[in-house]
Amino acid sequence: MTLELSLNQQPAHSRQGSSIGQPLTRRDGFLKVTGAARYAADNHPAGMLYAVLAVSSIARGRVASLDIEAAKAYEGVVEVMTPQNRPALAVDPDAKHHPFMFRLDLLQNDKVRYANQTIAVVIAQTLEAATEGAALLSPRYEVQPARVGLDGAKSFVPAAVGVGNPAVQHKGDVAAGLDAAATRIEASYETPAQYHNAMEPHAIVAAWDGDRLSIDTPSQGLAMAQGRIAGLFGIAPDNIHIRSPFLGGGFGSKGMISGPQVLGVLAARLVGRPVKLVLRREQMYGPVGHRAPTRQTLRMGMDGEGKLTAIDHHARTASSTFDDFFEPAADASHSLYASPAIATSHEAVRLDTGTPLFMRAPGEATGSIALESAIDEAAEACGMDPLEFRLKNYAEVEPMTGKPFSSKALRECYAQAAKSFGWADRPVEPRLMRDAEGFLTGWGMGTATFPALMFQAEARAVLRSDGSGLMETGAQDMGQGAWTAFAQIAADGLGLDIDRVEFRAGSSDLPNAGIAGGSGHTATAGMAIHNAGAAVIARLADLATGDERSPLYGAGNAGVLARGGRLYRRDDENRSESYADILTRAGLKEVEGSGKSASDPASQEAYAMHAHGAVFAEVKVDPDFGQIRVTRLVGAFAAGRVINPRLVRSQYYGGMIWGVSFALHEEAITDRRSGRRHQINRLRVKQLEPDAHDQHSSRHQRPEPCARRRAARHAARRAA
Amino acid sequence: MRDFDYIRPASIPDAIAAAAEPGATYLAGGTNLLDLMKGGVTSPDRIVDISRLPDLNRIEWLVDGGLRIGALVRNADLAHDTSFAKAYPAVAEALLSGASAQLRNAATVGGNLLQRTRCSYFYDTAGPCNKREPGSGCTALGGENRLHAVLGWSNACIATHPSDFCVPLVALDAVVEIEGRNGRRHVTLEEFHRLPGETPQRENALEPGDLVVAVRLPQEAASFSANARYLKVRERTSYAFAVVSAAAGLAVEGGKIRTARLALGGVAAKPWRARSAEAVLLGADADEATFARAADTALADAKPSGDNAFKIELARRIVVRTLMAALAGTPERLPALPASPFSSIPGARHDA
Ligand SMILES: Cc1cc2nc3c(=O)[nH]c(=O)nc-3n(C[C@H](O)[C@H](O)[C@H](O)COP(=O)(O)OP(=O)(O)OC[C@H]3O[C@@H](n4cnc5c(N)ncnc54)[C@H](O)[C@@H]3O)c2cc1C
Ligand code: SF4
Repeated sequence: MTLELSLNQQPAHSRQGSSIGQPLTRRDGFLKVTGAARYAADNHPAGMLYAVLAVSSIARGRVASLDIEAAKAYEGVVEVMTPQNRPALAVDPDAKHHPFMFRLDLLQNDKVRYANQTIAVVIAQTLEAATEGAALLSPRYEVQPARVGLDGAKSFVPAAVGVGNPAVQHKGDVAAGLDAAATRIEASYETPAQYHNAMEPHAIVAAWDGDRLSIDTPSQGLAMAQGRIAGLFGIAPDNIHIRSPFLGGGFGSKGMISGPQVLGVLAARLVGRPVKLVLRREQMYGPVGHRAPTRQTLRMGMDGEGKLTAIDHHARTASSTFDDFFEPAADASHSLYASPAIATSHEAVRLDTGTPLFMRAPGEATGSIALESAIDEAAEACGMDPLEFRLKNYAEVEPMTGKPFSSKALRECYAQAAKSFGWADRPVEPRLMRDAEGFLTGWGMGTATFPALMFQAEARAVLRSDGSGLMETGAQDMGQGAWTAFAQIAADGLGLDIDRVEFRAGSSDLPNAGIAGGSGHTATAGMAIHNAGAAVIARLADLATGDERSPLYGAGNAGVLARGGRLYRRDDENRSESYADILTRAGLKEVEGSGKSASDPASQEAYAMHAHGAVFAEVKVDPDFGQIRVTRLVGAFAAGRVINPRLVRSQYYGGMIWGVSFALHEEAITDRRSGRRHQINRLRVKQLEPDAHDQHSSRHQRPEPCARRRAARHAARRAA
Repeated sequence: MRDFDYIRPASIPDAIAAAAEPGATYLAGGTNLLDLMKGGVTSPDRIVDISRLPDLNRIEWLVDGGLRIGALVRNADLAHDTSFAKAYPAVAEALLSGASAQLRNAATVGGNLLQRTRCSYFYDTAGPCNKREPGSGCTALGGENRLHAVLGWSNACIATHPSDFCVPLVALDAVVEIEGRNGRRHVTLEEFHRLPGETPQRENALEPGDLVVAVRLPQEAASFSANARYLKVRERTSYAFAVVSAAAGLAVEGGKIRTARLALGGVAAKPWRARSAEAVLLGADADEATFARAADTALADAKPSGDNAFKIELARRIVVRTLMAALAGTPERLPALPASPFSSIPGARHDA
């Protein structure tokens, strides 16, 4: 998939030297603001039918009956898919061959294991007919009592939390550390369940042609989605073409293909025609993952100087009754504060909900809200300023492992944000500040951190005899700016001006770019792009330096530089030749190179790699009503090498606003009796609210010394 | 979504005739009705689209000093009408504190009066609800009911009326002009909405076919313009319904209250005129102590309908704050955060 940009849509990019580091505007911005960007649900292949899910209104039990006749009798309804007639699958949707294979609800039986689970799919000529058909099914249930809430079932210690982390870990002697402490605190925090509801709901348009399958659907991981669908249908991954040029938000919920998306493919198979299926807002509360609730207890001990002697972080969380994903909340205490003894532990209950999955920094978000709050309590108990306390316990090496950091500029982040915020004037005692109008004014701060992850990716680069270049990788743009950032890396990798580079992404027939998640996509796919560029330049250099007719003859590969569509001799830049001339003389229309990326095990072993940041907030509270307003937010971040400062700034803003939203707005409300989520009405969703005005963020930039070269992290806390 | 007939009448009598049939309903801005239809909460057989009826979108100043607002005047147009906002600042503030700019551009005066409750069980067709299906039961009782009624509720229904607009209107003695099969009649807004009793499905004074054609404000309503406020406590400062709200208008002479108007929102199935509290205010010193007594009186009969006892105290406090704000005087310019407690204190930064 290539962005279809005509020249006048393309903002002129002036560039001196490198594209990387330039604050280019989004290359897809024009398409998006004019509505021309084609999202999955905008596709209407000829003969397409509409599928609508009928979902369970109970949280636990079984479907006793469905009035399929009534639904089918409705004008326009073509078919009703139920466990009876659902096309066969090659793999049991309940099979789990590896921890990343999550169980799906694909009408395998009449069991209901959470509210909003699909119990039938109605396929019709129009969306309206399918919707009414689904309503006419009038399901009857055998209901069993739902298990709701963190105390709703007996707890156990999960085998692993997050992605294979041990549920219980420790270093040093926490009991001894607490015993020896001059000051101790203990505090508990609860974070509510939170649900994905990105602007673009999960949507799919699926069309079969024999055993070939063509799909438009938003995906944060094209190759993984392709593999999962191929497995389920028993066809070769290459038979499946997925297009995902734009995602209207992913945040982890589009990381793995969800049940409803596969149901769209099944529906298309059943009726033998292309089918579109789009989730309704309220249907997102169940089958597409969510953030599980947590209850966390932290105990800390401090010596006479306010140095931590022990951190004990325990988290209780929840998963579904039928699959395993456990929010690794307590692991937040592994990497932030120096302490001779650290213990982290998890327990969990199984509830009648959909399986919780990845949601915007699973573990980091929930865990750091508790850890950072407890750190504030500890500072207060020691009579210290929260920032002073954090500096006192600053980790020079990763606390849990003792590894040095590949880079850490948190101290500078603290200093810079504190300065622009005016933190030095803060009184230590709480409730001392009021503004001129009598509102209580609070100043607080917190530390941001996220691991610098890297996965695996491939890219393919081409240089053409007309002097242009092509870079291909199946990368995914969720709105973070991948179309732009990767094109910048591609331009530098190919030694071309960005306007001479065609960049293709968002399609499964391109080289595997890995997953756009874990804040690792820019680093991972960017590195592959860089390496593909280097490979094709090396081939070109070979052609030139081995040819007596070239001014570069004899320079050797390492002896040339690529810039602005020309190769230069490193030792004499007056001797150069254009790509076009090199290829034309060699009689070649194009040369090709490919690149891969993966994290480097040696540096992984030797270093702890994290991005860091500090955020300071001013909050006003109405003393009579408890109503809160965030009046100021200042952040400073050390997020590694910045590919595009404009995009990164958006990520900082986004992260800070998410933080405000997490703290003040987002909470999924469950009816205690039925286990049903109660945001059936959209208004009940505590949405993201741009209440935080006057917000600005400053950037602290520091190159990461190892392993990350051209690739870079996008921002501190955009995990998915 | 079920099939339905769509009718676009050319005149008011045609509209009334078309809507008098069982299963018919009017469509105005559609901001409430269409959501309810999509969710299967209501499934009318016939939609009578009144949005293009002539003459219902006018704001008329009457010779007797009163005002007549056509039922199709858009919420935004009314709030941004400068003469209107000057004469009835609390009403303009209430309008602008509701929904979002886009919704206010579409929502009409009549539709605002007739919008349905935001009880989430009313929207959730999976469970019983006496408003949706009379006699089926009330799922909100014993459920998630933090935001439900504390005044005038019954065991049949504990829902609230969500309108902001109606709260200052009821305080200002607004009158609803209704046209029906038997001609035109006037009902005070105070009597227009009903308390649930045993029949929560009967929400107002309208009979089949009845069309709200206008809302009238009497001459006296404009006399509070210098001391009128509407304040709203909500879970978010924009795009959220009231947890509790209050509208107040005062006329003060020599430190004594000559006349007072007070109404509460978010507390009952109707906009709640606090007449007993007005009696406390009448002739008393215009100060916080008086306002506190008035607040106690206004909430004297309040009782929680579930996990919402906090709303009673919150309502008391919003009454006091709103009266204080009204006493301090209507701000020169409408606050940039309409109805927010953060813009209620004199001198408060309106750009906050
Ligand atoms: C997301 C959201 C947030 C909102 N937030 C707020 C808020 O904070 N505060 C607030 O006060 N409101 C809020 N609202 C409600 C909004 O004010 C109402 O939806 C709107 O006023 C309804 O007007 P309408 O013209 O769109 O009515 P419609 O949706 O067209 O109709 C609503 C009902 O009124 C009936 N009706 C309409 N006109 C007449 C008439 N002339 N005579 C007889 N019957 C009639 C219809 O039959 C229907 O039953 C919100 C709505 C939404 C969707
Ligand atoms: S409170 Fe009223 S609207 Fe809500 S469920 Fe009960 S009867 Fe229905």
